[in-house]
Amino acid sequence: MALTIKEVEHLAILSRIALTDEEKELFAGQMSDILKYADKLNQLNTDNIEPMVYILPALNVFREDEVIPAPPREELLANASVAEDGYFKVPKIL
Amino acid sequence: MQLYDMTISELSTLIKERKVSAQELTRAYLQRIDEVEKQVGAFITRTDELALQQAGDFDNNPVDKPLAGIPYGLKDNICTRGVRTTCASKMLADFVPTYNARVAACLQAQQGILLGKLNMDEFAMGCSTESSAFQTTSNPWDLQRVAGGSSGGSAAAVAAGEVAYALGTDTGGSIRQPAAYCGLTGLKPTYGLVSRFGAIANTSSLDQVGVITRDVRDCALVLNAIAGYDPQDGTSANIDVPDYTADLSGDIKGLRIAYPREYFRDNTDTAMVEQVKRALHEYEQLGAIVEEVSLPYSEYALPAYYIISRAEASTNLARYDGVQFGLRDLQADNIADLYANSRAVGFGNEVKLRILFGSYVLSADSYENYYLKAMKVRRLIHDDFTRVFENFDIIITPTTPTTAFHRDEFRGDLLSLYRNDILTVPVNMAGLPGMSVPCGFIDGLPAGMQLIGKPFHEKMLLNTALAYEQVHDYYKARPILGGDK
Repeated sequence: MALTIKEVEHLAILSRIALTDEEKELFAGQMSDILKYADKLNQLNTDNIEPMVYILPALNVFREDEVIPAPPREELLANASVAEDGYFKVPKIL
Repeated sequence: MQLYDMTISELSTLIKERKVSAQELTRAYLQRIDEVEKQVGAFITRTDELALQQAGDFDNNPVDKPLAGIPYGLKDNICTRGVRTTCASKMLADFVPTYNARVAACLQAQQGILLGKLNMDEFAMGCSTESSAFQTTSNPWDLQRVAGGSSGGSAAAVAAGEVAYALGTDTGGSIRQPAAYCGLTGLKPTYGLVSRFGAIANTSSLDQVGVITRDVRDCALVLNAIAGYDPQDGTSANIDVPDYTADLSGDIKGLRIAYPREYFRDNTDTAMVEQVKRALHEYEQLGAIVEEVSLPYSEYALPAYYIISRAEASTNLARYDGVQFGLRDLQADNIADLYANSRAVGFGNEVKLRILFGSYVLSADSYENYYLKAMKVRRLIHDDFTRVFENFDIIITPTTPTTAFHRDEFRGDLLSLYRNDILTVPVNMAGLPGMSVPCGFIDGLPAGMQLIGKPFHEKMLLNTALAYEQVHDYYKARPILGGDK
């Protein structure tokens, strides 16, 4: 199964990654190679096999809804490239 | 013998008997790093000042804990409060966590001495540290070769005597493979045994934190410090954890060892096959029952792993949007460009490829053919192991198909590069504990043998590894680096 440049462009939008033309070509080739290898799985009949999402039994883990100390706001904001007045700042959205 | 050549057990005795102070030990290690780091390139961030401060605190107020005063390093995807944690990515080049990963807190509670953060493949995606945004780590046994990966910095630092032990993470072999390439003992515990709170996620259903040490007893000591239930990790197993150092005797009489034929052919080098078969023969002489078995679905583990790991990585890495932390494109004037450009600049090629591929296998048209299919195959692989473990205690294979490869050896040949994980990936897919133990040298390069156990049977793995260590002292060999006399 080979991926086209157009398909890679669509995936780049879904993945929110801007790609150069060179990258599109590179990734189209690499992804096609990997898909070709992954097609090996089609040799197996898995009709009645239950998919294994997790090794451990899939249980929800709950805890008491208690207030616990959180890291200081300034420390958290210090990791953001742009912050203002105690908030993360982003370009205008609406 | 130099301090930097010693095991944790040896160093701990020196400290307890007051023959060396933690500050002296730390200075000796810092000097060692100064001497060899230029050749090895294991560190992304050194924490000299913090280390000397921790050592001073310990000397002033010594505690009696097995890892107290012992210098160690952490893979740079393990969050450390106040110490930059980069995942070897430009994306997180300036990221300073506001909290400690559970395992980092465990070692701090032991009053260990943190020497720094170690190199890795970017976001732990790779098997050679060549995808690190900062540097490629060299193998201390041959500087032209890679140390393996993704925990390559962790393994190289231990092998070069820059730290006494290190923690790594293992998604498809990332502890065992570099440990094998560098002649060390590496343990990936059972999925759920060690908390991953604060370990930056790659593939959540496969990732596990583990240990790289110089010998088996050290491995048990460090596992003791980090294993156990953590309510902050939803996948943490709520079980009683034994003392992994207790009753380690190396007595393996009657132990039932299986070796799967699929791991000893095709992709595995003849010399490697011979090396591990010799070890199997020695286990037999020590009183183990050794038999060949089949794990017929082994060959499907790698393609299924590609799909599952990329799918999970693409979702895990969605959080890097340039807003709350991480690199941000400051030029973008709308939110879509901010996301797309920040990620374009912040991520390297391997990470981009995996995100794109993950998005593909999760998209509506290919979900069933690829992602669902891979999860079904994962069950077949898991059941393969379960079946063998009905009649056996331990499975033994080579850890890697070959010894360490050259830098750039697989440039432009991604599928061949990925194939280095072929013998380790199935263990993650089944959530089992796996360990790599030095089993000799091939043309001067270390070879590793992989021990695979039943879930939460780490103790049996350690004891089986110790039995071999008692017969062969490969683990005592040290590479010769520039600074050595």
